[in-house]
Amino acid sequence: MTEMSFPTIAPANNNTAHPAVQRAFGFSITATLVGLAVLVAVGLLSATSGAAGLPVKGVFASLFDWIPLFGVQSTLSTTQENILFEIRLPRLVLGLLVGGSLSMAGAAYQGVFRNPLADPYLLGVSAGAGFGAVLALGFGLDLSWGPFDTVPAAAFVGALVAVLASMTIARGGGASPATLLLGGVAMAALFSAAQTYAIQQLSENRAREVLSWLFGQLNTTGWKQIWLLLPYTAICGVMLHVHRRHLDVLRVGDDEARSLGLNPVRSRLTVIVSASLLTAAAVSVSGLIAFVGLVVPHIVRLLISHSYRVIVPLAALVGAAFLAFVDIGARTLLAPSELPVGILTAFVGAPFFALVLWRDRWSNT
Amino acid sequence: MNSAGLLEPITTTSALSCENVRVSFHDHEVLCDITLKLRQGEWLSIIGPNGAGKSTLLRSIVGLTKYLGTVTLGDGRVPRAADVALVPQFPVLPKGMTVAEYVLLGRTAHLGWLARESQVDRKIVSSVLNRLELAGFAERFVSTLSGGETQQVVIARALAQQCPVLLLDEPTSALDVGHQVSVLELMDDLRRTEGLSVLAAMHDLSAAGRFADRLILIDHGQIVAQGNPVDVLKPDLLSDVYGTPLTVQSIHGELMVLPATRQRAQTLKETS
Repeated sequence: MTEMSFPTIAPANNNTAHPAVQRAFGFSITATLVGLAVLVAVGLLSATSGAAGLPVKGVFASLFDWIPLFGVQSTLSTTQENILFEIRLPRLVLGLLVGGSLSMAGAAYQGVFRNPLADPYLLGVSAGAGFGAVLALGFGLDLSWGPFDTVPAAAFVGALVAVLASMTIARGGGASPATLLLGGVAMAALFSAAQTYAIQQLSENRAREVLSWLFGQLNTTGWKQIWLLLPYTAICGVMLHVHRRHLDVLRVGDDEARSLGLNPVRSRLTVIVSASLLTAAAVSVSGLIAFVGLVVPHIVRLLISHSYRVIVPLAALVGAAFLAFVDIGARTLLAPSELPVGILTAFVGAPFFALVLWRDRWSNT
Repeated sequence: MNSAGLLEPITTTSALSCENVRVSFHDHEVLCDITLKLRQGEWLSIIGPNGAGKSTLLRSIVGLTKYLGTVTLGDGRVPRAADVALVPQFPVLPKGMTVAEYVLLGRTAHLGWLARESQVDRKIVSSVLNRLELAGFAERFVSTLSGGETQQVVIARALAQQCPVLLLDEPTSALDVGHQVSVLELMDDLRRTEGLSVLAAMHDLSAAGRFADRLILIDHGQIVAQGNPVDVLKPDLLSDVYGTPLTVQSIHGELMVLPATRQRAQTLKETS
């Protein structure tokens, strides 16, 4: 209907929204800026810390040199430059991408399932990816294809098979969140059992290799993994970002959502497919990094806003910064050997989350 | 507003019409051949006992329930979310959602493909909240509001949809008598100033008679009576439909539907 019919409700062109309304919608800008600042700080910290002991000043100079239009001369040696650009930076970027992807997917799942316990592995992505990886690693299958290495390819395929199976089961139930969730539980159980059985059949060395993959780590060989991950992160990230308001609408239930003009089933499917692809891509290059996708959205929710308009993009920022930060520890704490970052995320994240929960008891909101 | 003398000029243009709307769940017919016309600027109340099909009719109009027959707007289109707004009987109030965010949900049907709310959407939220004197509530959580405040916020969301037709499903069932009157007066005021057409399912027969231009009485999915409140609010008819003796009294020109006293019930029984 045209705005003509609403003389008092349709706003005149010159008036602005009421200050309280502006405030209610405006705080996300500050939070986004803070998030970006933290992200840059973590990035610089990550680039300057590590076993090779690169000089901090040199790293900064080199980074600025890399940015066009800055007339700073790099003072690092060629070897040092190689360490910075071929080892540290790819790893940092991978951490950012994986952390952001998992957190965003977790936020999306929590929205779609209207369930605070939802995480990106809910529909069997983890079990499926794990099973794929175990098959590939353990039995020495060669599934490499073009730029795709064996393990990522197998994990990616396994993850997608599990999610598709969950969704196929649930289609019979009209794709309601509860049915989907149960389908996911069934598939996760099935693939976990298969994975456990497969591990049992392996030799000790191979089993250890598989387990260390399952714990999750950000191993890079140059920029290769990043180029593999980037298309998924970009496309699915944009899809989820665009659908974040749908997640808010879904919070009032399917009936009301429909009467407000949303097709809840279609929105839910789009979001689940995007989030699952995003997770599968992240898992295929980094293994199973626990906790990030579950907790980062909650931290944003508790500290900043319950609206998915805010949670989805901010979870991506915070998740990226969080994983990159924790990975600094994974690289340096036990240097020269490495801690699986998946273990450390829980070690660092759980107490912090507990603190936030305790301080902010969400039952009050 | 009460009836005689104060009738607003209601156009004969139809805002919404239902023709032979029929809904059945399994083999049970919930609505059979409902035909009605809501005129522009009119307040039409649907009354009838629990299970008569009032909510089902409203749900069919917004497309939440599958029906046979036709529901069309004045221009012949099938209504969509940008045409008809529903104020649900039991709105879901998500935890941690602010009033501003809740009202913004009303803009869903107007958001573009990238689903980004524009400054216009925010201004509309702001105007609606101002109009209902709720601007100070913008940052409150919807789950912390009182019953009356909640109902106003749900109405605000419906207004933000900017639909010419508003459907109300038992808008006052959760409210005390003071808030019942103020919510209904607000709706009445809104439809007059904003030119809205209102179709309301109502339990409170006296309120239905007081605020509606016309009433439609439904029983077992069929229209039993329709017309001006004076013509529909007849004690015999209502007693029959509601299955309990009722009296209708006119107090200062307003019709009051009350349960009959035991004596009156007895007389009614004897005369019938």
